[in-house]
Order: sequence, then C-alpha cells, then structure tokens
Amino acid sequence: MKLRTFFLLSGIISCFALQSHAELSIQITQGIDNPIPVAVVPFTNESGGPFSQDVAQIVTNDLEQVGEFIALSRSNMLSMPSEEQEVFYRDWRLLAQDYLLIGKINQQPGSQLVQVQYEFFDINREMKLAGEVLTGSVTQLRDIGHTISNVVFEQVTGIPGAFTSQILYIVSEGAGPATTLFRLEKADYDGARPQILLESAEPIMSPSWSPNGQDVAYVSFETDLPRIYIQNIATGQRRQITNYPNINSSPVWSPDGSKLAMVLSKDGSPDIYVQDLNSNELMRVTDHPAIDTEPSWTPDGRHLVFMSDRTGQPQIYQIELGANSYNVERLTYDCFQCAKARFLPDGVNLVHVRRETRQSPTYQISILNIETLRVITLTDTALDESPSLAPNGSMIMYATKFNGRGVLDAVSIDGRVKFRLPSSQGDVREPSWSPFLN
Amino acid sequence: MGNQRNQFFKVSLLVISLFALGACSSTSETEEEPSSGSESGASSSNSGSASSNAGSSSGQLTQEEIRAQNALRQTVFYFDFDVAEFKPADRETLTYHARDLAANPSKRLRLEGHADERGTREYNLALGERRANGILNYFIVNGAARSQIEVVSYGEERPQQSGQGEQAYSRNRRVEVVTQ
Repeated sequence: MKLRTFFLLSGIISCFALQSHAELSIQITQGIDNPIPVAVVPFTNESGGPFSQDVAQIVTNDLEQVGEFIALSRSNMLSMPSEEQEVFYRDWRLLAQDYLLIGKINQQPGSQLVQVQYEFFDINREMKLAGEVLTGSVTQLRDIGHTISNVVFEQVTGIPGAFTSQILYIVSEGAGPATTLFRLEKADYDGARPQILLESAEPIMSPSWSPNGQDVAYVSFETDLPRIYIQNIATGQRRQITNYPNINSSPVWSPDGSKLAMVLSKDGSPDIYVQDLNSNELMRVTDHPAIDTEPSWTPDGRHLVFMSDRTGQPQIYQIELGANSYNVERLTYDCFQCAKARFLPDGVNLVHVRRETRQSPTYQISILNIETLRVITLTDTALDESPSLAPNGSMIMYATKFNGRGVLDAVSIDGRVKFRLPSSQGDVREPSWSPFLN
Repeated sequence: MGNQRNQFFKVSLLVISLFALGACSSTSETEEEPSSGSESGASSSNSGSASSNAGSSSGQLTQEEIRAQNALRQTVFYFDFDVAEFKPADRETLTYHARDLAANPSKRLRLEGHADERGTREYNLALGERRANGILNYFIVNGAARSQIEVVSYGEERPQQSGQGEQAYSRNRRVEVVTQ
C-alpha cells in the first residue's frame, strides 16, 4: 500500500484568506442516461473522531457531480465492509454495482493527524483496483476525499480526476451601483471552502491562473482605471503589472508562464499585446482600428487566438506570434457573433461563446472543430459566457444567469452532463479553473 | 456611477457653472450675477458679445442660457444596442457640454462608458470605451482640449439597473459625464 502525506498548508493559507460567508453548494442539473453504478460505503472510524467531514459522502458527491456515476444509497447496502477481507462480491453484484469503495479512518489520541485507508474494487472482475493510506491533518479530510475521488475516476474512465482542482471567480454584491462590492474569490472546484483573495469597491475582472497554479492575474479598477495585477495566491502579495493609458485588460498567461497576453488601447483602439514578465518587454501583436480583445494561447504557445469586430461583428481569429499584424487567420464564419475562444489541448477543438443569429439574442458555450467545421453547442441558457476548462479537459465551467442572478455552471465537453454551483447571494461570474495543483 | 454620485456630480456641475459664471460675468460687469449661466454666455455665440448679453440688467436668464443650463444638467447619455454613436437627439446637449469645456479650460471631465450585459465582458469593456471615445471626439471637434477629458470604460461591470430585458439594458448602455 502506498502512503501519501498532505502538506499542512491550510494553516498558512488561513492567515491571509478570509473565509467567505456565503458558501456555494452544488446541484446536478443534467446527468447521463446510463451512469456507472458505484457503491461508496461509509468509512469506519477506527479511532478518534467524530469527524466534521464524511469522507465517503465527499467522494459520492464528487462522482455524482460529474454525471458519469450513480451511487448506491446507503440504506440499500447489504453489508458495510471497511477492509478487503470483509468484501463479498456477490452482495454487490446482487445490487447491480460495478464498483465498490471502502475505507477506514484512524486518528491517534491527541494528534491532529489522521490516516485514511481506502480500497477500490471492480465487482465484475472481482479484483482490487487501487488502495492506499493517506495521511493528513484532520482539517484536510475534504482534500483527502477529493484525492480518493481522483483515483476512482481515473481507474474507471482512464482520465485523471480534477476533484482537487480549484476555481477563481468574481462576485459582486450590493443593493445599488453606489454600494456594490466586488470580490475575487477562490474555492474548491465544487464551490466549497470559498476564500476572499481581494475585495474592492471598484470592479475586478478577468481572473486567470498562472500555469503553475501559484499566481492569479486580473484586472482591478481600484485606481479608478482598469489595470492589470498579479497576486500570489498563498501569500496574498501583489504587484501592478501595467499602467498604460486607457484599457488594460484580459491578462492571460502563456503556457510556460513567462509571458502575459493582454489587451491595451493605449494607441487608440484595443489591440493584443504580449508582455514578458521577466524583462517587462512589451510586444504588439495586432494593430487594427477595430476592437481586438479576449486573447488566448494555443496549446503550443506559438499562436494567439483572439476576438475582433473588424468585419462589424465579433469573430474569432488567430495570429502567429512574431507575424505581421495583418497576417491573421479568421477561424469563424457561421455565427453572428463568436467570442471568448480558446483551444482544447488537442489544438483542434475551439471552445467559444456563440450567438448564432442577429434575431436570437442568446449566447451559448459551443465547440468548433476547425478541421471538420462541426459545431457542438453545449448549453441552452441565454446569457452564457466566460468558459473555462477543467485541468483534465473533461468539463467546462461557465457563467450564466439563474433567476436573474449570476451563477456558475459546468458542462462536460460532450454536453451530456451539467451541474450548477448556486451562490446564496451576489452575482457570481468569470470562473477560472485551476491547472492541476500539487 | 451610482445615483448618489450622480446627484452629487449634478449639483457640483451646477455649482461649478454658477461659479464660472461669476468669474466670466465679472470681467464684463462689476456686480455678481449668481443666477446667470456662464457657459451659455460663452456658447450662445462667440464669447465676447455673449457675456455682455448674459449680464443684461434684470438678472433674467435668456432662453439660450436656460437651454444651456438644462443641457449641462444632463450627464447621462443612452445608446442603442450594439451602437457606439450617440443618439442624434443628444447632439445639441453634447454641443453645450463641449462649449462649456472650451470656455472653461481648467474644467476636467471624465467620460465613463458602459454596456449592457449581453455579449462577452471583455468585448463590452471595449464597447464602453468606443462609446465614450465617440463623445470625446465630438467634444474635441467642438473646442474642448484633449487634456480636459479622461475616458474610462466600465463595460458591463457597473449597470445602472440590474435585471434582464430591454428596460434594464437600455439604461445600462450609456456614457456618463462626470465632472472632476
């Protein structure tokens, strides 16, 4: 059995990060037709506890959220094994289960450390697929649960789980324009454990994770003008990156983390620029009197995708870094407006926000295959925007409206599964999904 | 900006114009005329003749002065969907603002551009700037100095009215003239 130890980071983080008062809670809005049946048995407390977190329930929620799985109700279980020799495959086959997860928790008296042992079985093949002992602080049971979910997800689907990833997003809250407060928050991928990274009476926009997961770039109007800042997520230390006249917006990290693509209108109209974060050297990428904005990097880091309304309406274009500014390639033709695009890791499928026709003023998250030109529209609500991809490429989180308020939804990239993170208050928007965090 | 701030700016705009009037009219006359509009003096025709006109005896405002004062009280200009040009109906009012700037070189304005929530946020940020720039250029063409005006776009981040639907959207597509 493998042993893993969780870094005791939570204490350090809570030094600067205020716990947000409004927790988000998840809601599955659309699942698939034939989810995989999995039994997650409540973990036995061998010693210590009781614990504030139900690890088996955290795993159950994770697995059901992404829509691929359906968990067996605890009341229907014929037995509740906590280790391998107590497992009778026949019991679980009778209940038509494909997989089984069991485990137990130990806490030494007087210690903050807990040991969580889990084992994962394939019922049909009657074999153990995975198992290990995870060690961490008692405050990290949620992290441990998400780690187990990652293992289960990867064992069954072959794709690494993203359950330990996190999200950044913007919340605005207030009675009227004069009293609105803007917050940059960070939470688990499912909205749990929200923390405030920045609060301001002036707007905050466009949070973007650095590829190493340690920093966030964003736009803040705290000086009454939109300027780009970089903030270390763990320490809260921040620095202003730009102070050019007019719009400074849309910061996006290059895949290697050394540069920031951005939008500046210092020379008249918004154009795409790249700033080197070490030398501060600024390179102009596009030069057009129309609006060029919303840059994103291709997976190889050699091109930028951006939106321009140079033909009258927003369409998506691509340009090679270092190429002449007129040497742009148009990628979309079949929509009234196509915007906020970025490639999936395959470099062929382009996630974007699409308004199909002038007559129907709805904005949806779509994927265009630039080789086959096939378009899949993933969402069916009216004001969907700001798509952000999970680090394992399996889901897209985006902002939409529900009952007149901004909420975050996630959809699988095949469109079959959706879940929602409703917030108890405020307008939530602009999700940015983290890379894999270690 | 908020309604509160709006009110504040409207009041301060009025105060400033009254003050400026005092300064203006005092050049042509000795007595203080708190009730006449300085910028109207400057704008109704070319400055010199106008200011004598403005001070005219009775303390009554001319039609032109009243029109100018009313024009300067309008500080929010609404736009049609997906349109960056201000409405033709606002041209005259904006002309008064521009002439007011031309007549008061020390005056500073901030043009705050806004968009409704439809469309992506970063595009809307750019659209708000395009709208504000339209008014900026009109002011400059009509005599204001570039250095008097700061432009900032808030995109869809600071709606005047929340909610979905054309009612709210039409209030949110706007440029606010904020006196600094």
